[in-house]
Amino acid sequence: MIHSRRDVLKLGAFGAAALTGGLAYGSAFAEGGTLSIAYNVNLPSWDPADGPSAVNPTIQGIYQAVFDQYIGQKPDLSFTPGLITEWGWTDDNKKIKMKVRKGVTWHDGSPFTPEDVVWSLQRAADPKTGNPINFVWSKIGNLQVADDVITGDVKEFDPTLFKWMAFLTGYVLPKAYYTKVGAEGFEAAPIGTGPYIVEKYERNAFVRLKANPNYWGGKPAFETVIIKFVPDAASRVAEIESGKSQVTFDIPYEEYDRLKGKKGLTGVTTPVSDIAMIFLTNVDPVMLDKNVRLGAIHAIDKKLLVDRLLKGYGVPIDTLQAPEYAAFDPSIKVSYDPELAKKHLAASGYSPEKPAKFTIQTTKGFKPKDFEIIQAIVGMWRKVGIEANIEVYDIAKHFELRFGHKLAPAAFYNWGNSIGDPSTSTGFAMFGPSPHCAWKSDDLIAKIGPLWGEADEAKRIAGYKAVDKYIAEEGYVIPLFQYVQPILYASSVKVTPNLSGAMLPQLVRPA
Amino acid sequence: MRLSALIIRLISLVVTFFGVAVVVFVLVRVAPGDPIAMMIGPGASPQDIADLRALYGLDKSIPLQFLIWLGHVVRGDFGTSISLRESVTEVVFGRLPATLELAFLALAIAVVIGGFMAILAARWRGTATEAGVDLFNGIALSVPDFLWGLTFILLFGVAIPIFDISGRVTPTLELPFVTNFFLIESIVRLRFDLTLDLLGHMLMPAMALALPLAAVISQILKTSLKEVMHQDYALIARTKGFSETYVLLHEALRNAVTPSLTVIGVQFTFLIGGTVIVERLFSYEGLGNLAIDAVINRDLPLIQGIVLLFAVIFVGVNLAVDLCYVALNPKLRHG
Repeated sequence: MIHSRRDVLKLGAFGAAALTGGLAYGSAFAEGGTLSIAYNVNLPSWDPADGPSAVNPTIQGIYQAVFDQYIGQKPDLSFTPGLITEWGWTDDNKKIKMKVRKGVTWHDGSPFTPEDVVWSLQRAADPKTGNPINFVWSKIGNLQVADDVITGDVKEFDPTLFKWMAFLTGYVLPKAYYTKVGAEGFEAAPIGTGPYIVEKYERNAFVRLKANPNYWGGKPAFETVIIKFVPDAASRVAEIESGKSQVTFDIPYEEYDRLKGKKGLTGVTTPVSDIAMIFLTNVDPVMLDKNVRLGAIHAIDKKLLVDRLLKGYGVPIDTLQAPEYAAFDPSIKVSYDPELAKKHLAASGYSPEKPAKFTIQTTKGFKPKDFEIIQAIVGMWRKVGIEANIEVYDIAKHFELRFGHKLAPAAFYNWGNSIGDPSTSTGFAMFGPSPHCAWKSDDLIAKIGPLWGEADEAKRIAGYKAVDKYIAEEGYVIPLFQYVQPILYASSVKVTPNLSGAMLPQLVRPA
Repeated sequence: MRLSALIIRLISLVVTFFGVAVVVFVLVRVAPGDPIAMMIGPGASPQDIADLRALYGLDKSIPLQFLIWLGHVVRGDFGTSISLRESVTEVVFGRLPATLELAFLALAIAVVIGGFMAILAARWRGTATEAGVDLFNGIALSVPDFLWGLTFILLFGVAIPIFDISGRVTPTLELPFVTNFFLIESIVRLRFDLTLDLLGHMLMPAMALALPLAAVISQILKTSLKEVMHQDYALIARTKGFSETYVLLHEALRNAVTPSLTVIGVQFTFLIGGTVIVERLFSYEGLGNLAIDAVINRDLPLIQGIVLLFAVIFVGVNLAVDLCYVALNPKLRHG
């Protein structure tokens, strides 16, 4: 059955092309208020508050198109009212109080209520659901609703609680709908209160979203948004170059430079909340030597790495805080000084002729030029008296080794922190009891420990700055650079870059 | 095939599947990468981690985990995917049709191209035509399928954008299908608009998979045809006055095709394996693409389910080839 003129044209084209050895038709989504985005990852699950997908930073942009968070976040990482419009602690920090937005509806038309918020928080805190972040939500309890206000008891004071409400697993889900359809029903037909409604979802292929006409933040710019899951970077480049998608991102910088000036295409790059770093592990005796650590740190020319290997798309950093983070301290500087590196190493008896030896682990292809960066660093180290053996592993092995405190003396990694709080960068990366910490030392535990519950925000931020300064002096970690995200898009649209790195359809508008 | 032989074959199948089950179960657990380590939050306490491990049944010993899993598998339950949070059985069988359609389309293309090339070379053997076919075979075989895929994307996705680069079907289309065999169902329902759309998405990955196999078919069938063309019955046919082309197509081809069949069967299993990378490249929603995500996420139940299903396909294809071989070869048919 042929349904439209387009189909007739397709059939005609098929016939003509068959004679010449190919099909002569393509698809174009630009027309009719439809936006097509070639996304860099697949979406495994629609539950944003449960299971491994919930803690995958790369898919949060898709979740945020469909679901609202308790508290929203602007593209500059600042916080803004979400489904909760006012929030805070009582003066004694024993209770929390939240005011819930009125006049919001779920995608099925049912009203959003404070009970949805309470249920979502309780569910997120329940270890039986498998939420890997339940340790955050379990710090509050006894949630009570009075009109549009929710109060709750603070079991353990966490100054970052409300920041987490804009972070991983901080999503509000529909209590009545979820209870009715169950987990599998929700996976099949998820609903939220977000700007876009899930219309069709084909796992590993695409999700088709339609505009939520009743969205409390105003109707979105596009009637339809198609998010194609295209994990292969070369295929994403082909998608944008052929005009089959209007937006793509996280493509090789060489391709970005080649295409950004091409007719009909434009691009934007922005530093995002994702930093490249080298974990140092305090297991191997060689890394317990402060001179070796400082030698390794001062030998690395970060600017050269960014300029040569990343074509300038990166921001060298000296602490685990990117410039946009709350505890960024520009006064903490770690210089590139090969002579100083040599001096440190010589103080422990090492030289280019008699080098300090250790292994450095890295992924290959997981992040842009990761392996090449480590190769370059090993070359820089060789000149000052460090001989490092490169071991390539995949990211799953990295997590397992880090979890077991079995990483090599040095290990390359990237650390995301889209809420920009120091606790979720320096805190978790350098605090011994954290399963994600590689340098587990008592001095850092003593310095970071009191900051977890510090109620005075200024004091807490100052405390983390002091910790960062101490870490830089001791050389407990090697911060390298902040990643820059390349976004390529058709001239017919305009993309607002997002510092969190999440590609949100609602940040794309017609040009 | 005699009944006793069939029974022995079926028993060997069960043993094979059990062996695959043991190997894959042990391998995915001893391989680096702990799924719990990948998902735990930064502030998780040892108790939180233990709770998560227990939730996914990973707190028990490997032999006990295996016995529990095997007990479910014999009842048709392959467990629940860690990353997808759905039944593994439903997920893999939901994806299987997409991969099968792609693989069989690739096989069909390979047989047509390979067969045509072989006949061409055998008909004009010893000439520039045969040399040209040999050159085609050499190139098609030496370039891996994913490189063919990239080449096709650049040629027919970007330079001359006549095919779709990603997916299985255009996302804006409404599909009336009740099965996941989209291509077959579109033909059965006479929805040729959808058939065209599906082919527009499938042809490039299918061609990428087909070309190396086409070269193998071409080479083996050509050699076989050349041998057969020297047999007595071919000579008799020629002396009766039949043309070279007639002898080739009517006398030689049927006899020459049998040895090619086994090779096609074996190569087809390689082709199925090739779908893993090619599906990823084209964002095609089949088992291969799913398998890569399962490995990246260390989704142990899903990896086990996919590998077992691939094993079933491989064994099934080999069995089908054996049966075809018996059917085509009278010596084997009559013992």
